[in-house]
Amino acid sequence: MIAKQVNQKAWFMVLPVFLVVAVSAIIPLMTVVNYSVQDTFGNNQFFWVGMDWFRDLLASDRFHDAFLRQISFSAIILAIEIPLGIAIALAMPKKGWGVPVCLISMALPLLIPWNVVGTIWQIFGRVDIGLLGHTLAAMGIDYNYTQDPVAAWITIIIMDVWHWTSLVVLLCYAGLCSIPDAYYQAAKIDGASRISVFRYIQLPKMQRVLLIAVLLRFMDSFMIYTEPFVITGGGPGNSTTFMSIDLVKMAIGQFDLGPAAAMSLIYFLVILLLSWVFFTVMSNIGEESSNGGS
Amino acid sequence: MDLSWMAWTKPTATFFIIILCLLVTMTIWEIKIPGGAPRLGILRFETTRGDRLFVSLLGSAFIHIFWLAFISLSLWWALVVACIYAICVFIWV
Repeated sequence: MIAKQVNQKAWFMVLPVFLVVAVSAIIPLMTVVNYSVQDTFGNNQFFWVGMDWFRDLLASDRFHDAFLRQISFSAIILAIEIPLGIAIALAMPKKGWGVPVCLISMALPLLIPWNVVGTIWQIFGRVDIGLLGHTLAAMGIDYNYTQDPVAAWITIIIMDVWHWTSLVVLLCYAGLCSIPDAYYQAAKIDGASRISVFRYIQLPKMQRVLLIAVLLRFMDSFMIYTEPFVITGGGPGNSTTFMSIDLVKMAIGQFDLGPAAAMSLIYFLVILLLSWVFFTVMSNIGEESSNGGS
Repeated sequence: MDLSWMAWTKPTATFFIIILCLLVTMTIWEIKIPGGAPRLGILRFETTRGDRLFVSLLGSAFIHIFWLAFISLSLWWALVVACIYAICVFIWV
């Protein structure tokens, strides 16, 4: 059994953070809970409706579709960005002039604000003036993200991969750089294959950073708003209307604060649940592998 | 302090007061009877008392959501199910 800590003074150091979080997150969240059980017509007048907004939302096709689109988007993003990030990190040089060149070129997309990324790809993909759209049209490929849902999805996915794979690469690269040379030398003496080195040395050592990468990419892709809003505005039709876009349309476009608050809470709970599952499962795997390896 | 912008209602205020009471109770429990150190439950991952409270609250929220979506009985029954679920979590997880 772990000995009980007597000195608990460090908790006071957490107090400022707690206050900041209370003002910036907990109080707004409480307000959202209050809104979710009431209806308002503006002028700060509220009417009690109970759980009606939740019932309506859970039965609405609009919510189901937006939720499904959001989950599909995050799943596709993780399935592409995580393996691609690992592969690029493995291929990056470990010493020499190539290191700063690779690191800077990897960091560049991360420095660009979301709405600018959206604008870049919105113009890049246009058939009339965009390099990508025009080139594809010249090659005879029917590509128009403003009319074709598949093209819109492909554009947004490629844009997200372009924007955020670098984050996974940098995290994995940091994990790889922390592996001492002795591990590789031991593997070489044992005659381990390239795949074995990856499976038994590199992957376990990247476990922690991969957990952070998966969590960050999941949460960020699940909350994506600005880029698809700038590129497609949720269209064509509703094909790229993710939950975040739908939520803003409901809350600000239609001023339906009650249903929007109910949707926000369900959205929040789903993010909380999935992040907790990812965290628990991946940290559990990490502990098992480190116990097994020791 | 004017809190009218937060649109408080009695049920939501009660809800948050109960959450706060739970946190205070957990703190007093740990001070009086220490034993919240991580343990391995039936789900094969380590949980502290605080983790078990988190799992209970999160699970309860989803029990209520599924109840609203699929079951037409009163939501008070969902609360009963959630309480049983929370007790199970604290005993076995």
